[in-house]
Amino acid sequence: MLKINNLHASVEQKEILKGLNLDIKPGEVHAIMGPNGAGKSTLGYILSGREGYEVSEGQVEFHGEDLLDMAIEERAHKGLFLAFQYPVEIPGVSNMAFMKESVNAIREQRGETPLTATEFLKKAKEACKQVQLSLDFLKRGVNEGFSGGEKKRNEIMQMILLEPSLCILDESDSGLDIDALQVVANGVNSQRDGKRSFIIITHYQRLLDYIKPDYVHILANGKVVKSGDASLATDVEKEGYAFLGQDNAEEKNA
Amino acid sequence: MSEQLDQALSRKYDAGFVSDIESETFLPGLDEDVIRRISAMKEEPEWMLEWRLRAYNNWLDMEEPEWAHVHYPKIDFKAISYYSAPKSMADKPQSLDEVDPELLRTYEKLGIPLYEQEMLAGVAVDAVFDSVSVVTTYRAKLEEAGVIFCPISEAVHKYPELVKKYLGSVVPRSDNYFAALNSAVFTDGSFVFIPKGVRCPMELSTYFRINEENTGQFERTLIIAEEGSHVSYLEGCTAPQRDENQLHAAVVELVVMDDAQIKYSTVQNWYPGDENGKGGIYNFVTKRAICHTNAKVSWTQVETGSAITWKYPSCILKGDNSVGEFYSVALTRGRQQADTGTKMIHLGKNTRSTIISKGISAGNSNNTYRGLVHMGAKAEGARNFTQCDSLLIGDRCGAHTFPYIESRNPSAIVEHEATTSKVSDDQMFLCQQRGLDPEKAVSMIVNGFCKEVFKELPMEFAVEAGKLLEISLEGSIG
Repeated sequence: MLKINNLHASVEQKEILKGLNLDIKPGEVHAIMGPNGAGKSTLGYILSGREGYEVSEGQVEFHGEDLLDMAIEERAHKGLFLAFQYPVEIPGVSNMAFMKESVNAIREQRGETPLTATEFLKKAKEACKQVQLSLDFLKRGVNEGFSGGEKKRNEIMQMILLEPSLCILDESDSGLDIDALQVVANGVNSQRDGKRSFIIITHYQRLLDYIKPDYVHILANGKVVKSGDASLATDVEKEGYAFLGQDNAEEKNA
Repeated sequence: MSEQLDQALSRKYDAGFVSDIESETFLPGLDEDVIRRISAMKEEPEWMLEWRLRAYNNWLDMEEPEWAHVHYPKIDFKAISYYSAPKSMADKPQSLDEVDPELLRTYEKLGIPLYEQEMLAGVAVDAVFDSVSVVTTYRAKLEEAGVIFCPISEAVHKYPELVKKYLGSVVPRSDNYFAALNSAVFTDGSFVFIPKGVRCPMELSTYFRINEENTGQFERTLIIAEEGSHVSYLEGCTAPQRDENQLHAAVVELVVMDDAQIKYSTVQNWYPGDENGKGGIYNFVTKRAICHTNAKVSWTQVETGSAITWKYPSCILKGDNSVGEFYSVALTRGRQQADTGTKMIHLGKNTRSTIISKGISAGNSNNTYRGLVHMGAKAEGARNFTQCDSLLIGDRCGAHTFPYIESRNPSAIVEHEATTSKVSDDQMFLCQQRGLDPEKAVSMIVNGFCKEVFKELPMEFAVEAGKLLEISLEGSIG
């Protein structure tokens, strides 16, 4: 479903990704780990099309199409979802109105009829329940005055509603206490249906105790330096990223 | 004709079509004779003509104001026609059935089918087409409640005592340049009288529309709410798309007696001119209310149109405990310029006022908030809260704020909060990542920004205002 081939990308003339390869099949869960500054979040942004990143080399294929050629919203229509590390506020726009527009924009692109207010509300209530957010959150402005944990759960709620084919979770575990972490993990696990794929970007192994990945990739210095199964994450947790060598230790300290 | 209409409608300014209606229009020019002829056309009594002529003389002695943060070439007041009326109005219609169908179709195009409004919405509409009030619906039901809602030209004949007493009592003839001009040449507008203790059984609504080329529209609205009465009044404005600038100089006076309340809502969508600033309405409006003891006035406005907007709906809080509110959304794009805000004049004790102003600038436009909060020496315990937010879209537009605060009473409290923000890249990215196209994203963010004002609008108006913003924002990004 997603094929990344020799991806090179830079921000403000600084090369962040230096020949990244990744192949994700339907239903797979891939964890991307790595030290700070390795390019983990950059990967999420490039895949979702955020401006300010320049791809100098390589290709990305998504459902057999050229992903890099699509507008941000087109990628979303094709089923790509990014759960943000730092979700931004949109004051005055209710979560409910925002998500209804969003769901219906995507349904329209798929040739489905838009959900009525009642149909949508039913789904939204269920999604709220799954991530243990009270229904008040539907009425409140998008992320307006939400705590860090509430924002992260709100992202998962959106993911559940949008039914994407590829979910990229950008440090959805950062800043969460253990209870919230479990809520987020349960939300994700409930969406694993054998077809939907996940890229889980995380700094720690902790989240992977709850969401069991099929593959773990260590990203360092703009490349995947090591891939393995879930046990690789445990190794990293024990030994740190020290095994990556001198080059990277410097970058980490920079 | 219909093909033309379709074509016009498919363009960006949705109300930019011209109706093919035979009109009786004065040649351009302004002198005493023109005023006499306007007065004669309306078969006005002598006192009304006298009043107009005095206003004209005041106007001649005045200078066009230049303090506003707007720039436009000098207006040639001699090049404007001061009277235009659809010919079929010559024998006035008594009911909708007698109104020229072409005229009614025009209103339908504007989204206000009178029949429908009459039946479904229960809104009484006074539609002003160029200078003559076409028809006032729902009159019978209002009469039952003792409410008078009619064209002001009719009120001059039918209720001369009320008109004599209150016309110019809130906005004097010589108040300002444009008010003086309006007083001299006003052609029509609405007159509302709500008797003591009556709650008006429906929302009253007026639609203004400028059709003829080179005509000015000078409507005059006078609303009197007697002791303990309530009324909600809606006003919508559109004009056809023309290359020439058209002048609109209106005066609205609200008299709010003890314990009475008036809610006055405006959605202004006059033609703003094209991208290069060609054409568009010059909108110079004086709106003011006088509030007696415990009275309350609420001005709500959504301003998206006009090439130039110069407008400060104000409240004179004369009576103790009276309340003034001003909720405003002003959106400018292209080459539009808006200088708008309010004046809250606190004279009585414990008077309160709230100002919520949301300015949105896009394109090459300039959007200015100008507001005065005055606390008089006798305004013991008076309070004001002002919140003034500006939102910028793109990097070629401007937002300006000129708040004036004068306090002559040490017990008065004045608060002013102001913010300026931009539609951020992060917000846009979030919306697009969730599948919204950039235009939808901007309109959603802007709607959220305006929410505090929209919730003050009557329901059907709020929906319309949201849609209007969406249309107005089309093509404002990229």
